[in-house]
Amino acid sequence: MKNLFIIITLLGIQTQILAQDDLFEILDNEASQDKNYVTSTFKGTRILNGHSIENRNKGILEFVISHRFGRVNLGPDELYGLDQSNIRFAFEYGLSDDIMIGLGRSSFEKTYDGFVKYRALKQSSGAKSLPISVSLFASAAYRSINDFEPGREPSDSDRLSYTTQVLLARKFSPGFSLQITPSYIHRNSVELLKDPHDIFAIGMGGRVKLTKRISINGEYHYTINPLESIDAKNSLAFGIDIETGGHVFQIILSNSITMIEKSFITESTDNFFEGDVHLGFNISRAFQFGKHKKSKARKIK
Amino acid sequence: MKLHILLFSFLFTIVVSGQERFLTKQGYTSFFSSAPVEDIKADNNQVLSIIDTSTGTIAIAILMKSFMFEKSLMQEHFNENYVESDKYPKAKFKGQILNFNSLDQNEQEVTIDGNITIHGVTQKLETLAKITRTTDHISVQGSFPLKIADFNIKIPSVVVNNIAEIVEVSFALDHKPYKK
Repeated sequence: MKNLFIIITLLGIQTQILAQDDLFEILDNEASQDKNYVTSTFKGTRILNGHSIENRNKGILEFVISHRFGRVNLGPDELYGLDQSNIRFAFEYGLSDDIMIGLGRSSFEKTYDGFVKYRALKQSSGAKSLPISVSLFASAAYRSINDFEPGREPSDSDRLSYTTQVLLARKFSPGFSLQITPSYIHRNSVELLKDPHDIFAIGMGGRVKLTKRISINGEYHYTINPLESIDAKNSLAFGIDIETGGHVFQIILSNSITMIEKSFITESTDNFFEGDVHLGFNISRAFQFGKHKKSKARKIK
Repeated sequence: MKLHILLFSFLFTIVVSGQERFLTKQGYTSFFSSAPVEDIKADNNQVLSIIDTSTGTIAIAILMKSFMFEKSLMQEHFNENYVESDKYPKAKFKGQILNFNSLDQNEQEVTIDGNITIHGVTQKLETLAKITRTTDHISVQGSFPLKIADFNIKIPSVVVNNIAEIVEVSFALDHKPYKK
């Protein structure tokens, strides 16, 4: 009987201790098992040249200015390429948190481009987790430069080309993300008969975060059936993302001089490892239109 | 016979401890930063809080990603650059509501004394709160200032005019009896 008494007292003390220490455990158990979406797989909407799975959220208008200068190995006479410059400026807007549209103009071949990007699936943890994010991207580019031979003026349709991409990305850790980008590019017209109208490519890109606001990125696109009329090279880029407030600033070294898919994936001719490297920048400024999420907050008396 | 008593005592303690706790899953917390360039406010309606009425202990867990901002880029920056929600997903508070057992059914002001953990840094926190306790609900409300630098959250000099050094944290937690 005495033993029993001791046991009961001990049990009583034990539950008392438990009652004090497992409050957080109860909270953990009660925490909603909702999906927890992975955010910020990449900082910007571009890895470097190409699109990342990231969208701008609803109501955000981003003004993007990108530059690619001439080849660094042109030497001091051309100030290492800085005398030459290709520019693309664009307005890009989040129609919803998942759908983003953009309109841009590149100085290279006076090309206008429009795109739609849709975040189809989001990487998540928790209940019914998903290991990767998937976005779908489609763009059209209109080459408005009048460089045709006399009597061979291209029709509007001939000036168009289209890009379709499936962006597959995973954020492996807060500091490391990887993306695979199969691309399909269609040209309505080509230079030579042996040039393919349909080009397939596979891109790979990633980022490694150095600090909270700085990351190193890399991107490579392998073209399966390149254009024959030019000495096409696969596009390679390395760069740094720097984030300051409403800006993301990217400094890029690449063998591509253009900033739209149909062009840098299929029309790059420079060899990165022979020093045909171009310095470039992507600069963006985001403006918010309307409110993000109406907070259903209760007023505190 | 021995086993009988043992089991009974077990049951009894569990039942008692079950009734001793009050919980909310939809508690409210907000913070407000007022700086020369802009005011920033974020709300969180998914705060978990539990009170053990036998001891007056309160434990609060706040998922950082549940803070909603007016501008979605702010929300992204908050999670990515300031509180690092991937590394430190939750803010936690554990403390003691002083003189908890002498409370009656009227609204009263009490002192809550405990430790708050944000961004992996734990600091002592003592604050006043209004508390109303009835048999089927305990409501706790209040606010307190929080110095961002105390939690090893650095504000870069570019945005020093956008974010206040001290933010005002408000909370309203409406607990109901917790049944397992």
